Amino acid sequence: MSDATVHLRTDQLSAMYGKFSAIKNVTLEFPVNKVHALIGPSGCGKSTFLRTLNRLHEMTPGAWITGTVELDGQDVYAPAVSPIKLRRRVGMVFQKPTPFPTMSIFDNVAAGLRIHRKLPRTELAEIVERSLQRAALWDEVKDRLKTSATALSGGQQQRLCLARTIAPEPEVILLDEPTASLDPQGTQRIEELMHELKTDFTIVIVTHNMQQAARVSDTTSFFYLGDMVEHGPTKAMFTRPKEPQTEAYITGRFG
Amino acid sequence: MSRIMVGVMITAVIVAVLPLFLILGSLIVKGASSLSISFFTNTPVPAGEDGGGVRHAIVGTLLIVGMASLVGVPLGIAAGIYTTEFKGSRLATITRFVADVLNGTPSIVVGVFAWTVVVVTQGHFSALAGSAALAVLMLPMVMRTTEELLNLVPITLREAALALGYSRWRTSLTIVLRTALPGIVTGVLLSVARIAGETAPLLFTALGSQFLSYNVDRPMAALPLMVYTYATGPFEEWHRLAWSAALVLIVVVLVLSVIARVVTRQRFGRNV
Amino acid sequence: MPTTPPPDDVATSDASLALSAWGDRIFKGLLVASALAAPALLVALLWQLLSGAAPAIGAFGFSFITDSIWDPVAEKFGALPLVFGTLLTSFLALLLAVPLSLGVAIYLTEFAPERIRQPIAMVIELLAAIPSVVYGLWGIFVMIPILQSSVYPFLEANFGWLPIFQGPIYGPSVLSASLILTIMVMPFIMSVAREVLLAVPAGQREAATALGATRWEAVTTAIVPYAKSGIVGAIILGLGRALGETMAVTMLIGNRHDIAASLFAPGYSMAAVIANEFAEAGLGTLHASALTYVALILFAVTVLVNAAARLMIWRMNRGAGK
Repeated sequence: MSDATVHLRTDQLSAMYGKFSAIKNVTLEFPVNKVHALIGPSGCGKSTFLRTLNRLHEMTPGAWITGTVELDGQDVYAPAVSPIKLRRRVGMVFQKPTPFPTMSIFDNVAAGLRIHRKLPRTELAEIVERSLQRAALWDEVKDRLKTSATALSGGQQQRLCLARTIAPEPEVILLDEPTASLDPQGTQRIEELMHELKTDFTIVIVTHNMQQAARVSDTTSFFYLGDMVEHGPTKAMFTRPKEPQTEAYITGRFG
Repeated sequence: MSRIMVGVMITAVIVAVLPLFLILGSLIVKGASSLSISFFTNTPVPAGEDGGGVRHAIVGTLLIVGMASLVGVPLGIAAGIYTTEFKGSRLATITRFVADVLNGTPSIVVGVFAWTVVVVTQGHFSALAGSAALAVLMLPMVMRTTEELLNLVPITLREAALALGYSRWRTSLTIVLRTALPGIVTGVLLSVARIAGETAPLLFTALGSQFLSYNVDRPMAALPLMVYTYATGPFEEWHRLAWSAALVLIVVVLVLSVIARVVTRQRFGRNV
Repeated sequence: MPTTPPPDDVATSDASLALSAWGDRIFKGLLVASALAAPALLVALLWQLLSGAAPAIGAFGFSFITDSIWDPVAEKFGALPLVFGTLLTSFLALLLAVPLSLGVAIYLTEFAPERIRQPIAMVIELLAAIPSVVYGLWGIFVMIPILQSSVYPFLEANFGWLPIFQGPIYGPSVLSASLILTIMVMPFIMSVAREVLLAVPAGQREAATALGATRWEAVTTAIVPYAKSGIVGAIILGLGRALGETMAVTMLIGNRHDIAASLFAPGYSMAAVIANEFAEAGLGTLHASALTYVALILFAVTVLVNAAARLMIWRMNRGAGK
């Protein structure tokens, strides 16, 4: 058993599309109840890395990996591990809001719960309400839970997706540029939520926005051309980067 | 130059649109007069006598097209799901190509095929053989529409479901297919409309009949067959009935098309 | 937050997991089986046509399409008039339908006021929804009487020096069949050509206009050349339709095994002969085999034509993709 405070780790992880390596030999650790930011220019592999953590990467035809990803000391790519079960423990929110258009607000939040197990109606309603409250959306939607989720604004949709992700109580939440398509207000709401949610979850966020990484994260990893160049506490990385490439990126000289 | 050409093109539009109104006009003028309740409730009377209706042909078309849809629609939708779910696979490429080939195959050739497979084996004409021919025509149509519409569902929606712990089949059916369903229903209705008007593949399969019959193992009447037989027959009375039957047929086809469009507008709305 | 899930959660989700795994396997199996249906049908279709036509192929070989005698009683079968009739009616139909449908397609994508584009396209596409047998009915009782009383005499009077407009005027004839085919393939060519023209990038149009071209010049110098192979594809697709069209042609072509110089004379087509004679040919006769042989030829020709059309359209789309 590994160090109990380290929840998720990768070891010599490489992710390929056919012959192309999107990331090469990445070894990283993500301690519990912290926000971890992955930064780097477009195409650096940070999103691919995130998608290896819940095995979504392998759903792309021709995609494969070498190395290991461990969750609580267990290799998640071991043959006995079901990717479905893994994804119930590692939730994910995407760049563009992805409410299910055929479902109501309530059904969207309940979607993940319903497939996991049968719950009594009252208990389901309680969890939905609690999840919406934690996603700071309850007050805005409590009177129209039965209406279509597509009528919500972009920012509300993204918080709905967050509520849907936390409803089944995963242990890790992956966020793939969750504010990229939102206005500044929506972005601020999501950032505030991250602070609150990290008391319950381990959060890994990919972001294009360095100020965001500096604001929300405890540790930061800088990716460049498929390599994980530098990793460390966020404050240190943004004030005294060790690698010249990191410094060039965070001072805005490329990317 | 531009102005002359625009004039020429507007003339082309008028020439192109004209036939539709001429045909619909003729159908209404010549077909509506003999429409009556008895036209829908009666079966044919002996040649030369007045009266007679199309009840047997309406029942036949419903049965033959219904049985064809029962096979063609689920098979077509499932094949369409396969070619989108497993896009890159060799089988998907082959199936897509073959569907295009079948879509371009003349319906009379499909009729010959159904004749050799069903009629020859059974030893007699039957509604079943007609349905088999129509199902073969339907499969590639439904498959291609399904595929087109599933491809419109954003890939992020599929990933969101998978990331939530949905299994592949649940993602495909309850998220992706469900989202595209209104459009697929439209496509299915349009292909039912097309199939309902097919005559050539029924000529030597369902054959046609003068009697009301529910036995699908025997020859059976169908509206398009009846239009053909009566139009090419020698009696005035038959020609009158042919026009009325054609009017009924075109109304069925147009109503299905209109329903299809209304369904799309209402349920498809904002998303996808 | 515990680092391992509570035990009851493990138990329940394992049961539903097994369901998921089995579900995925069954699901994929069903899909694969359905996806195999189309290729299996095509193979069966080819096999049935080949084995059904085998006796006729054995008896006549390739001379089948060069001989003109079709005599079921003497069991002599030559399909030349059928092939000729099919090709001639399709050719005439395209000759008339192509300029018409391209004119409409160009007008609708480049010149028409925005408001009327969609309605006109829809009206024309409704033509494609009308069943073939209704075209036949309308052709017999409305179109032919008009043609016979005014159009054909006019053609004979003014162009009678051409062999194609000489001789007695029949109602059901090669020309009548070609005209109904024109109306029938027009919406197909129009709608594919319109899609192709809509796929031309706006940049092409703007570049030509920026050089001082009028709208019509922009169409002829930039848009049509860009869409050329897609338009050719649309035309070939229309050809495929025309070749296989059965009911309307059967009802209007006159059904005579003959090759005549005059378009006023009756003729025959491959699809029409199958429609007329197949039900009576009888199981296992050489007549039925010869008709299957005709179906096989028709099938082979339409497959080739459609493959060519797809290739052209695909080539244009690839060009547009760059």
